[in-house]
Amino acid sequence: MTAMLEMRNVSKSFAGVQALRDVNFSVHAGQIHALVGENGAGKSTLMKVLSGVYPHGSYEGTIIFEGEERHFRDINDSEALGIIIIHQELALIPLMSIAENIFLSHPPSKLGVIDRDEVYRRTRELLAQVGLRESPDTLITDLGVGKQQLVEIAKALSKRVRMLILDEPTASLNEADSAALLERLMVFREQGIGSILISHKLNEVAKVADHITVLRDGRTVDSIDCHAEPIQEDRIIRSMVNRDMAHRFPERSAKIGEPVLNVENWSVYHPIHPERQVIKNVDFGVKRGEVVGIAGLMGAGRTEFAMSLFGRSWGTDISGRIRLEGREIVLSSVAAAIDAGLAYVTEDRKQLGLILADDVRKNITLASLDQVAPNRVIDDIAELKVASDYRNRMRIRCSDVYQETGQLSGGNQQKVVLSKWLMTDPKVLILDEPTRGIDVGAKYEIYCIINELAEAGRGVVVISSEMPELLGICDRICVMNDGAFVGEFKGAEATQEKIMRAIMRNQRSNGNGVPEAAEMGGLQP
Amino acid sequence: MTDKTVSLPEERRHGSFIKNNLRNYGMLMSLIAIMLFFQVMTGGTLLQPLNLTNLVLQNSYIVIMALGMLLVIVTGHIDLSVGSVAGFVGAVAAVLMVTWKVDYTLAFIACLLLGAAIGAAQGYWVAYFKIPSFIVTLAGMLVFKGLALAVLQGQSLGPFPATFQKLSSGFIPEILPEAGTLHPTSMLIGALLALGLVYASAKGRSREQLHGIEVEPYAFFLGKSILLACAVLYFTYLIASHRGLPNVLVIMTALIALYGFVTRRTVIGRQVYAVGGNAKAASLSGIKTERLTFFTFVNMGVLAALAGLVFAARLNTATPKAGLGFELDVIAACFIGGASAYGGVGRVGGAVVGAMIMGVMNNGMSILGIGIDYQQVIKGLVLLGAVCIDVYNQRR
Repeated sequence: MTAMLEMRNVSKSFAGVQALRDVNFSVHAGQIHALVGENGAGKSTLMKVLSGVYPHGSYEGTIIFEGEERHFRDINDSEALGIIIIHQELALIPLMSIAENIFLSHPPSKLGVIDRDEVYRRTRELLAQVGLRESPDTLITDLGVGKQQLVEIAKALSKRVRMLILDEPTASLNEADSAALLERLMVFREQGIGSILISHKLNEVAKVADHITVLRDGRTVDSIDCHAEPIQEDRIIRSMVNRDMAHRFPERSAKIGEPVLNVENWSVYHPIHPERQVIKNVDFGVKRGEVVGIAGLMGAGRTEFAMSLFGRSWGTDISGRIRLEGREIVLSSVAAAIDAGLAYVTEDRKQLGLILADDVRKNITLASLDQVAPNRVIDDIAELKVASDYRNRMRIRCSDVYQETGQLSGGNQQKVVLSKWLMTDPKVLILDEPTRGIDVGAKYEIYCIINELAEAGRGVVVISSEMPELLGICDRICVMNDGAFVGEFKGAEATQEKIMRAIMRNQRSNGNGVPEAAEMGGLQP
Repeated sequence: MTDKTVSLPEERRHGSFIKNNLRNYGMLMSLIAIMLFFQVMTGGTLLQPLNLTNLVLQNSYIVIMALGMLLVIVTGHIDLSVGSVAGFVGAVAAVLMVTWKVDYTLAFIACLLLGAAIGAAQGYWVAYFKIPSFIVTLAGMLVFKGLALAVLQGQSLGPFPATFQKLSSGFIPEILPEAGTLHPTSMLIGALLALGLVYASAKGRSREQLHGIEVEPYAFFLGKSILLACAVLYFTYLIASHRGLPNVLVIMTALIALYGFVTRRTVIGRQVYAVGGNAKAASLSGIKTERLTFFTFVNMGVLAALAGLVFAARLNTATPKAGLGFELDVIAACFIGGASAYGGVGRVGGAVVGAMIMGVMNNGMSILGIGIDYQQVIKGLVLLGAVCIDVYNQRR
C-alpha cells in the first residue's frame, strides 16, 4: 500500500530556533494517524507546513501528496487538494446559522444569488453525515462546543476532503461528545479518508489510531504501528518526554523559610459560563525562598488559578481563603493584591504585560508610580534613575530607557515586565510562562533572576509548560489538571515521566466519568 | 539592590536629534506655515492686533474643549456630545441669570457642576457598562440639543449681566499708566511669561545635566528658547497694542498650563495614557481603569460647560443653535494635533496647535472671502492630510 501523504525530511526554523528537524511522516488512505507530543514539540508547526500556512520555500524537505510532489503557497492550495485542517480554536461565526457557516466561503449560487434550497439540502446531508441532529437554521451561538466541533467537520466535508487534520478536537468536549466524534472518525476511515489526529489524550489515541507518531523537540522519536504491536502508554509517555537535558540551569542552594502564601479551598467559576467550575477547591502554598512550579497541559487552569488569586483578575464567584505571612487577607482588586505584596507576571506580555507604544521607563514604573511621585507628581529624575537602575541590573538591552518597548526583543521585553514587578517589592511572585518565546541565552538570564528572587526571601511560583524548565529550577512541582492539583513532587524526585503520568492518569479517570477520583491532590506516583 | 549611579546614555548625533524633534514640532511648523501663508495672502490682515484678538476670542471655547477631548481620546474614547452640552449649559445659564436673576457667580458655579453631572452620567455608561462611547455620546448629543431647545422654548435669551459678559469680551484691567496705544500691563505679563518659560526650560535642562541625563545640544536649546521668547513677546505686543490681554486668553493659558502639567507630570496623567495604550495591561498593573475613564468624561463635561458659558457670554445671548457642530472642530483639533484614534497617544500642546490651525484657517479663509462651502471642503482635507502624515510618520 502506498502512502497518500508523505512528508520527507521536513525541517523548519524560526529566527534561529529549530522547530522541526528532518521529520518523516506518512499517512495512508483510510488510516487514522495520531500525532502526539508535548506542548511545543512541533506538532502544530508540522501541520502548518502541510497545510501551506508556512508556504513552500519557508521550510526544507518535500511533501508528496497522492503521488505528486506539492508546493503549497497558502492554505487554499492544500484545501483545493482536499487537505482540510480543523483548528483547536473554532473558526465559526457565532451569530450566523449552521448553514451559513458551512457555506460561508463557497455558497452554491445562481448568477451570484445564493441558492437557499440547495444550501439547506446540502447542509441537511452534511449534518446527517456527521451525526448532528440540528436544524440548518440554528445559530452557532446556541450550540454547545461539541456540536460546534461537528459543524466544523461538516464544513470541512462540504469541500472535497481527502485528508482531515484535527488539532486536539476533544480538548473542550465532554465524554459523550468525544466518543461521538471519535466514532465519526472511524466512519471516515471506512470511506477512505486519511485523518491526522493531534491529541494529548492517550486513551483516545489508543482507541482509534492505526499508527502513532511521537514528536519531541521537533524530531520524530517514535513510530508505532498499532496493529503490529500492543499500545504501551508508558512507552509513549517516555518517548514524549525523555530527552537529554540540553538546557542548562544555574546552580542554586535553596534556603526555604516560613510559609509566605497559603491558599485554601480556592474555587473559581468561568466568567462567561458561570456554571463551569474552572478551579476546583484547591489548596496551594509557597514558602519564603522557595520556587514552586505548576506543571500541566494547556487549559489545565493554571493561568486562571494565578489570575484569580491576583486580585480576582479572572473568573467569577471566587471563594476560598488566602493567608499571606499567616494573616488572612482579602484581595478584591489588583491594586489590593499589589499592596499586599503579590505580583503576577503574565504569560501574554504583549497583550497583558506591556504598553508597547510606551518607553521602557514608563513600563517599569507603571505599577509603582507612587514610589517616584511624591504628592502624586512624578519626579522625572527619580523615575529615570530607578528605570536606569533596573535596566543595568536586569541587563535590559535597549538604546536607552526612552526606547519603545515594542521595539525590544522578547527576552528584553520580559525583563522589562519583571522589572515592573520587582519594583513593587513583592513577597510572592507568580511567573506565568516566564520564558515563552525567548531565546536560550535570555532564558538562562531569567532563571538566574528567579534564583536571586528566591535567595532574597521571596516566594516564587513558576507556571510553565516546559517540563525540563520546571525540573531545572523548582524546589517543588505541583501538577495541575482540569482545575485541580493531581500530583506533587519534590524537585529532586520529580521526573518528566512522573509528571506526565500524573496528568495522563487524571485525564483518563476523568474520561471514565469519575472526575472526583484524582482531585484530592498530593497523589503519589 | 545595588546603588549604582545612572549610566550616561550614549551621545546621540545632532542629526538624529533634530530629526526626532522635527516630528514633535511638525504640527507647530505647519501652523507657522499656515499663518505665514494667510498673512501674505490677506496682505497683513491676519496678524493685525484687532484680528488677532478676535481670533483668540473666536477660538477660545474650541481650545478649552480640546483640552478635555484630548484626555477622552487618549483613553481610547470619543465624546460627540460636547457641542450640545455647551449649548445646553449656555441655555441654562441664560435662564438662571436672565430669567431668574440668579447671582452670576452662583450661576457660573452651578453651570460647571451641571457640566460635571452630565459628564458623569455619560461616563458611567461608558466606563462601567462598557457601552461604546460613540453611542453613549451620540445619544447625549441628541438629548442635550433637545433639552437646550426645551429650556429656551425655541427662543433666544439675553442679554447677560455686564459682569458676566466680561468673561468673554473683557480685558484685563490696566494698572500701569497708559503708554500710547500699547497696554503696558499686558506687555509686562507677556514679558514675564516669556522670561518664566525660558527660565523654566533652562532650569530643567541644567537639572537634567546635573544628573547626567542626555540633554538637547546647547545651540539647539538656545535657538529654541530665543524663538519661544520672541514668539511670546511678539504675540503679546500685537495683542497689547489693541485692547490688552482678553480675560478669556488668561483663563485659556492657565488651563493649557494646568493640563499640560497634569498629562506630563502627574500620576493620574500617566495612568490615563496607560489605559489608552493598553487597558488590560494597565488594569493588571493595579490601575483602576474604569474610574479613570469615568473621570475623563466628568472632566470633559466641566470643560464643555465652561466653553458653553464663554460662548454665551461672547454672543451675549443664549440661542438654541449655540454649540452646533463644535464637537467636530474640537475632535478635529485633537487629531490634527497628533492624537491617535486608537488611544494612548496625544499631547496637550498638539491639541492646542490643532485648534489654532483650525482657527487660523477659518479666520484666514473668511478674510479672503472664501465661501463657507469651500471652507468646509478645505478643512476636511486638511484633517485627512494631517492624520495621514501622522500615520505615515508612525509607520517609519
